[in-house]
Amino acid sequence: MTATDPVAPADPAAGPAGAAAPAGRRRAGRRPPAALLVPAGLAALFALLPLGYLAVRSLERGPSFAWQVVADGRTVELLGRSVGLAATVVAASLVLGVSLAWLTVRSRLPGARVWSVLMTLPLAVPSYVAAFTWLSAFPALAGFAGAAVALTLVSFPYVYLPVTAALRGADPAQEEVSRSLGHGPLRTFLAVTLPQVRPAAAGGAVLVALYVFSDFGAVSLMRYDTFTRGIYTSYRASFDRTPAAALSVVLVAVTVLLVAAEARTRGRAGHARTGTGTARPAVPAPLGRWRLPALTWCTLVAAAAVVMPLATLGYWLAVGNSATWDPATLADTAGTTLGAAAAGAALTTLLALPVGVIAARHRGRTAHLLEQSAYAGHALPGITVALSLVFFAVRYAEPVYQELPLLICAYAVLFLPVAVAATRAAVLQSPPVLEDVARSLGRSPLGVLREVTLPLAAPGVAAGAALTFVLCMKELPATLLLRPTGMDTLASRLWTETGTGSFAAAAPYAAALILLAAIPSYLLGRHRT
Amino acid sequence: MTDVQIAGVSKSYGPDAPVLRGLDLSVPAGTLAALLGPSGCGKTTLLRIVAGFLHADAGTVTVGGRTLCGPGVHVPPEARRIGIVPQEGALFPHLSVARNVAFGLSGRDRAARRARTEEMLELVGLGGYGDRMPHELSGGQQQRIALARALAPQPELVLLDEPFNALDSGLRTGVRSDVRAALRATGATALLVTHDQQEALSTADLVAVVRDGRVAQCGTPQEVYGRPVDPWTARFVGDAVLVPGTADGGTATTPLGRLPLAAAPAGRTEGAVLLRPEQLRLADTAAGPQGTVTDVAFYGHDAMVTVTVDGLEEPVGIRVAGPVSVRPGQRTGILVEGEATLHP
Repeated sequence: MTATDPVAPADPAAGPAGAAAPAGRRRAGRRPPAALLVPAGLAALFALLPLGYLAVRSLERGPSFAWQVVADGRTVELLGRSVGLAATVVAASLVLGVSLAWLTVRSRLPGARVWSVLMTLPLAVPSYVAAFTWLSAFPALAGFAGAAVALTLVSFPYVYLPVTAALRGADPAQEEVSRSLGHGPLRTFLAVTLPQVRPAAAGGAVLVALYVFSDFGAVSLMRYDTFTRGIYTSYRASFDRTPAAALSVVLVAVTVLLVAAEARTRGRAGHARTGTGTARPAVPAPLGRWRLPALTWCTLVAAAAVVMPLATLGYWLAVGNSATWDPATLADTAGTTLGAAAAGAALTTLLALPVGVIAARHRGRTAHLLEQSAYAGHALPGITVALSLVFFAVRYAEPVYQELPLLICAYAVLFLPVAVAATRAAVLQSPPVLEDVARSLGRSPLGVLREVTLPLAAPGVAAGAALTFVLCMKELPATLLLRPTGMDTLASRLWTETGTGSFAAAAPYAAALILLAAIPSYLLGRHRT
Repeated sequence: MTDVQIAGVSKSYGPDAPVLRGLDLSVPAGTLAALLGPSGCGKTTLLRIVAGFLHADAGTVTVGGRTLCGPGVHVPPEARRIGIVPQEGALFPHLSVARNVAFGLSGRDRAARRARTEEMLELVGLGGYGDRMPHELSGGQQQRIALARALAPQPELVLLDEPFNALDSGLRTGVRSDVRAALRATGATALLVTHDQQEALSTADLVAVVRDGRVAQCGTPQEVYGRPVDPWTARFVGDAVLVPGTADGGTATTPLGRLPLAAAPAGRTEGAVLLRPEQLRLADTAAGPQGTVTDVAFYGHDAMVTVTVDGLEEPVGIRVAGPVSVRPGQRTGILVEGEATLHP
């Protein structure tokens, strides 16, 4: 997965609105102390740097040259392919997500609980792992079909989850009223139920589109030229890097539009019910003679999205032997991956702390600006962030070019939104009155931060760090571009081996990646419950 | 022992939202003063200004002769030596009870800290609770620990922000008197914010009724209840019987007869004459004002009898202690005891 994981909502749009949380009202007119403001400002600048530099760099040879690149037939073709792929994946995800959500929430589907867990599991599969499993089982899939299948099967939960929540929250009384007014079940579904879930489905669809546009792993392994792959090829193929920069600007523009669209759908969601009080849970619909087709449908999706990757992985692990892969190299790569991810998570969390505290506790133009800047990397394709850091390092920071610190910085820019959102939510959890009490008992603002705010927010901040750690570990495009020569992470190694068709050699890396990523995810799950 | 002087304090949240409009208040040292007012009257804003969490737009706050906020002066909260007891206690959930109480004692050595903590826990009747965590305490216990925490550093002034609100009514009276006793024992000056008139009257030495960002009246509970400055204040601090009347010297002529006034207005004045329901008595006489019982509401310890008085449009309430023998529809005579106030 290349962009910020949309499952952990880095909430740029819900920023100030989210402050309505009862425990954590913001304070008007209290300026953040300088000891917070300065590091937060640095973090914000840090987050904005790649975007700003990308713009500068793409215009370096004059706007007309940049326009030539953008208006070039090749660019239009890439854009067309990306749009086509995104449209296909979004349509397929909507069909899968909405139908499965209705079946698991509103019908008497046998084993509905098990199915609903199965349908969220694909979220844990990075797109390039999905691509690896499908490509290694059916090499003929390479191209559009393979990319569409792999991406749909990892991203449909982005539709499934919000629609499930909307169906659970929707008031069944509206459907009952529709039935009592003489509409049949189908008509009621189309006229009442579907509009109730439309905002949720639309929001999910935009997340899927964002995922597809910023995905690099699946499309590159499937050798389907979309924007991200085009940027990568153009960067690798030529010494002139301005075209890659100009293409990146176009890609950033598309993702910014999508993020804006997502914010809009989010604003409209949640009106599924008017009036007060809690809704009764709906009575599940009997499936009757549709029971078998419904079960078959669920089985097919679960088989394709969950069983198939695991089975393929198992197969390649079984046929592999010491000739195809070297345990020492695997251990080595795993160690490198863990180290880089730990450093990335540490830097990201450190940068996110001051911004998150300010976002939770202060209002005003400065606080708002800082928070929004930190969200700059939200949904930014990893490849564009990596590219802009390459440009920047080559020109101004030559010693770190192709060195580990630059890669760590890329991780921080990409995942800062996740960590800021986690910190902000954690701080909002504790009531501000505790900080007032601490002040009245003689603590300075910094003392309050150290002794009250941070200890109370620590579990939430740690959860954010764990999430960031997993995201760093799975990151592919920035790692490919920025890793030091000779360094491999599990993701980059998997990508290289799959690219050369060495599936048995790639499998152990995929398995290690999934296992290592599962540990923090498991801990996160325990923390939440 | 410290007195509190608040002079001309104003605060607005935006051009059209004034909250405090030049509020004045003077609290003598060692007094427990209640700020009583309806929600939105500005009492919590005032408390936050005194504590230093908000800046006043104008005015000064002086505690024990030290100006804490005024033109060009704003002492930060941590340097004010003012303790606060927020709603629901707000104990630090990550610290034990003892460490909560010791939070404000950071300047002292360990032994002194421990001794003071234990002393404070004893003061609020929770000695030996030091090792518990806040979530292991009941609401009333949390509130008492919050008071111990505020009192531990020997503050100049203690601010209590509706501290009994979250407690259920059975518990409230007990915690209220414990808090009062603890404050008395330390001799601390205290400001209690509340919207509950019973709480203000029963707990405080001094009651300041706040209305629309100003102090409408400030006096002892007896004064505020017995001689309210206007009908609004009268109704806000308790049940009121208001009848039209004409004052002439020390008495007023009303449909309830000639009533002695607490303060004689200058010359002949017409206005509303105020009594409390417990000043009225049901009497089995044909002399004096007469009326018809319209409703009887029984509360156990007393009852409120509503009577439509001949010559009065609005019915009056009469508080009757003990058992009630009258029924709706019955005729009755009415006697009035004590002094009334007249509001032109």
